[in-house]
Amino acid sequence: MSDVDITSKEMDGMGPKGTKIGLARVLGPAHVWALGVGIVLVGEYMGWNFSVGKGGAYAALIACWFAGILYSCVAMIDSEVTSTVAAAGGQYTQAKHIVGPLMAFNVGLYLVFAYTMLEAANAITFGFLIETVAGMTGHEGLDQRPFIVLAIMFLAWLNYRGVLATLTFNLVITAIAFIAIIVLFLATSPIFGASPLRHVELMTGLPYGWLGVLAAMHFGLWYYLGIEGTCQAAEEVRSPARSLPFGTLAGIMTLLIAASLTWYVCVGLIPWEYLGQAGVPLFDAARLTGSTTLMILLGIGTMFATLASANGCINDASRAWFAMGRDHYLPDWFGAVHPTFRTPYRSIIFLVPIALIFALGAPIDQVITFSILSGLLEYTFMPLNVIMFRRKWPLDSIRRGYEHPFHPIPALVLLSLCGVTYFAVFLGYGTQLVAMISFYIIVSLWFHFWRYRFVRRGAQFTMPWPRPLGY
Amino acid sequence: MDIWTLLEYAAWGLSAIFGLYIIIDWFKTDTTYSDEVLMSSREGALEAMTEEQHKH
Repeated sequence: MSDVDITSKEMDGMGPKGTKIGLARVLGPAHVWALGVGIVLVGEYMGWNFSVGKGGAYAALIACWFAGILYSCVAMIDSEVTSTVAAAGGQYTQAKHIVGPLMAFNVGLYLVFAYTMLEAANAITFGFLIETVAGMTGHEGLDQRPFIVLAIMFLAWLNYRGVLATLTFNLVITAIAFIAIIVLFLATSPIFGASPLRHVELMTGLPYGWLGVLAAMHFGLWYYLGIEGTCQAAEEVRSPARSLPFGTLAGIMTLLIAASLTWYVCVGLIPWEYLGQAGVPLFDAARLTGSTTLMILLGIGTMFATLASANGCINDASRAWFAMGRDHYLPDWFGAVHPTFRTPYRSIIFLVPIALIFALGAPIDQVITFSILSGLLEYTFMPLNVIMFRRKWPLDSIRRGYEHPFHPIPALVLLSLCGVTYFAVFLGYGTQLVAMISFYIIVSLWFHFWRYRFVRRGAQFTMPWPRPLGY
Repeated sequence: MDIWTLLEYAAWGLSAIFGLYIIIDWFKTDTTYSDEVLMSSREGALEAMTEEQHKH
C-alpha cells in the first residue's frame, strides 16, 4: 500500500477501529482457485452443450472461444480491482467504492440472485442425478426432494462451520471433477491406442448458419459462468494481493483447458443432434466409450461438480449479503460474524430457505436463466467499473496486487461481448430478460427513495485509500 | 423396504440434524454475545494494520 495515514482527513472514510470479530483470514490461492473453478466446473458437465443444439458443434466451439475471451477479460479486470478492494462483497464493494451506492446496491443483488439461483439449480440437478443412479439400479419413482434438501442443508452447515473446511472440501471435490475430464480425454485420445472418437463422421458445418453461432453464445457462457466468484473470498485470504490474482487467473486457465477438452471429447462421441439436448453430456460421453470405470468416474465427477458449485454459491451469496448488511444497504442485522467460526452466519441462515423454495418449487430452466441474466448484468458493470477505477485512482496512487495489461482494451472487448450476449439471450429468453430488468429497476427505485436513508454514508468507506482524483 | 427408500428417510433425517444444529447454535450465539460485538466487523482491517505498521 502507499504511504498514507489512515487518520488523515485526506482519506475517504474512517479507519476500521472497533472491529472485535471479523471474518477469518485463513485462505490461500488454492482455496481461491477451488472457489472459482468449483462454482463453474458444473457448466462443463452440463449446460454448455445446449449451445450445440443452437448452432451445431462448430458454433459451440466458436462460442467457447468468444466466451473464453469474455471471461479472460473478467478474470483480469477482477484480479486488478479486487486485489486492491480486498473486502467481502467482491464486486458489490468495488461498485460502492468506485461507482456509487445505487450501482453497488444493484451489483449486490445481481450477486446474491446469481449465486442463490445457481445453488438452487445445482441442488435440483443433484436430486436428478441421485434419481438417475436409483433408476440404473432398478428403483423407479425415487423422491428427489430429501436429496435436494440434504444437499442444501449439508452445504449450509459446512459454510456455517467455517470457510477453511468449506473451501478445502471444494478443493478436493473440484480437483477430482477436473481430473475426471482429463482422464476421459486421455482415455479416448489416439495417444494410447485405438480411439472411439469419430470427429470426421460427426462434425458438420453450421446447420443454422451464423445466426446459430450468435444464439450459441448464450449457452457458451456456461463454460465459465461464475469464475468472478473468487472475489468474494477477498476478506478471508491471508494475502489478497497475491492470492486473488493467482487463484483467479489459474482458475480461468483451468477452465479454458476443461472447456476445450470437454468440447473435443463430446463432439467426437455424440452426434450434435443428441448432444444439443443431453442432460449430462460428459457422463453420456463416458458411457459411449463402453468403459465402466470411465462411466463411474464421470458419474462421480458430475456429482462432485454439482456439489462444489452449490457450495461455492452459498459461500459467495452469503458474503455479498453480509457486506450489504454491514454497510446498512440491507438491515445491519445481517452484518454479524460468528464469534467462533468467524463466518457471516446470519446471512448464511437467511439464504437457506430462499434456496430451498426455488429448488423445490421453481422449474430449473427459469432458475438458471435468472442466474445467467444476473451474471450478465454484473459483467456489464465490470468494464465501466475498471475504467472509472483507473481514472479515479491511477496506477501510481494505490499499489495493486496485479495490474491487468492493455487497459482499456479488455474493458472494451468485455463490453462489446456483453452486448452480443444480450442479443443472443434476447433471441431465446426475451421475456425473462425484460422481466428481470424491470425487477431491478423497481428495486432500484425502492433503494433510492426509501432504503438509502439508512445507509451511513461516511462509515461505509473504511479502506485506507487516498481521495479519488478530481474529488 | 429397499435401500433407496431407506436412503430417502436417512436424507430427511440428516437434513433435520444439520438444520437443528444451525438453529440451536444460532440461538446460543445470539443470546451469549451482544449485537455490538457480533456486528463490529469493518472492511479494510488488514489494510489498516499494514498502514499502522508503516507508520511505526
